[in-house]
Amino acid sequence: MEAFYEWFRWLYEATGINLTIFYDAFDRNRMISGFWMTVRLCLLCIFFSIVIGVVGAWLQGSQLKWTRRAVHGFIALFRDTPPLVQIYFFYFGLGALLPRVDNAFGIPEPILTNVQWAVISLSLFAGAFNVEIFRSGIEAVPKATVEAAEALGYSRLRAYIHVVLPLAVRICLPALNNNIVNLVKTTTLAYAIAVPEMLYVTKQIWSDATNVPEMMVFLLLAYVFLVGCVVWVMARIERWLKVPGIGL
Amino acid sequence: MKILPVLLPPASPQPWRAPRLRLRHGVLIALGLLCVVGAADAQGTAAGRPSVIATLWRWTPLLLEGFVFNIAISLLAMAMGTVAGVLLGLGQVSQARPVRGAAWFLTQFFRNAPWLVLLFFAMFLLPFEFTIGGVTIPFPGWIKATIGFALPVMANTSEIVRGAIQSIPHGQWEAAESLAFGRRQTMWMIILPQCVKRMLPPWMNLYSLVTMATVLASVVGVTEMLTLVSEVHAAEGGRPELLAPLYGYALVCFFLYCYPIGRLTVLLERRFQVRI
Repeated sequence: MEAFYEWFRWLYEATGINLTIFYDAFDRNRMISGFWMTVRLCLLCIFFSIVIGVVGAWLQGSQLKWTRRAVHGFIALFRDTPPLVQIYFFYFGLGALLPRVDNAFGIPEPILTNVQWAVISLSLFAGAFNVEIFRSGIEAVPKATVEAAEALGYSRLRAYIHVVLPLAVRICLPALNNNIVNLVKTTTLAYAIAVPEMLYVTKQIWSDATNVPEMMVFLLLAYVFLVGCVVWVMARIERWLKVPGIGL
Repeated sequence: MKILPVLLPPASPQPWRAPRLRLRHGVLIALGLLCVVGAADAQGTAAGRPSVIATLWRWTPLLLEGFVFNIAISLLAMAMGTVAGVLLGLGQVSQARPVRGAAWFLTQFFRNAPWLVLLFFAMFLLPFEFTIGGVTIPFPGWIKATIGFALPVMANTSEIVRGAIQSIPHGQWEAAESLAFGRRQTMWMIILPQCVKRMLPPWMNLYSLVTMATVLASVVGVTEMLTLVSEVHAAEGGRPELLAPLYGYALVCFFLYCYPIGRLTVLLERRFQVRI
């Protein structure tokens, strides 16, 4: 491994391509922690946004007019405003209005850290899209299938759980796929509130080592890699869930 | 007597429909925002300072000026990105293999990179001035930011164009060929005019995305609405309770601009829908 790292030092001396993140242990560790922060941010946001999507889609099918309207308002609000302003609104705006608590040293601290605010606002942003995606998936389940389930004696809830949802999940997977890729790319916005994710760390490194072009290219490749991983995993899930006859 | 499920009336006679957002919902959202502003107001006025609403009103001309600048950036980026994207999209359906491959690669590359990273790319790697034949052309930050936004627009437009061209039935090509149209003539006179209708809704969606992305320019140091918001906040003495109304104000501006575009997109989609 050491030889591998040293090769990049040689590369720098020979060609001037300065990839400090390989041969400099400090930069390497920063980069690795930034990468894991991005991964953690992605996983948390994906999880919470899917939860929001499922709950929202369920609420939107409710009998109460005002529940549906509230969900619709939530979707419209989060879809038609810039995610960056949402993050600022949550972190600076709401964060300032919340009370502060004393930490172990008696210093007042905000209740939620910037990472938590980033997770909250990004999840809400992606969740608003997921509600629409899941709802369209549920609507796309053929009515005849539901009727068939009812004819077999399923109750409404049972039919929903055992027939509608499994089919809806399969139908909305491609759209969900798209949204998750978008979410992975949107996590870069957490940079703006100083969450130490990949972009933030890269900026620090290129400020120290003045190797902007190299780090830029590395960053782009890193995101291409991350998005590639997400697409690969989603394709695996899609294949795994595939039911013959529900071809899309 | 046991009632068989078959004899029960159908469960839901009405198909479920998505509720429309109407004026009263806008009023409700405004009321909710007023509550937030009011809560902040109650904290603010206690110390005898101007109320939050008065502050917002005083700074409205400046903030709206910033918002107009955002829209200008978005329009310019959209124009540049669309021109480049149509060319790239045509490249993706070209008959020459290398052209097709290169266009595909460029499209995928710029489509899969985060907007913010592309913006950094444009800001840091483009020169701040060009010298052509002894004439120095300055290249200020906002133009570089516009180019940074135009890159993802280009890639997305390219995909929209490719998708639209490929969605035109093959019979159109064959009919054009039988009428002795050349490939270029078929493309420009028969295929593309039909594509415009299909491309319009996703293209408008893209525009609303670009508009919302323009605030990213504040991260790389271009003065636009969000920069002005934080400057206004500083000018008002940095009161923390002012932050929520100020950023809420920015949210409302973008919402009022982007929501109608979204509605229009849905309407167009519905009108252009091909009934099978």
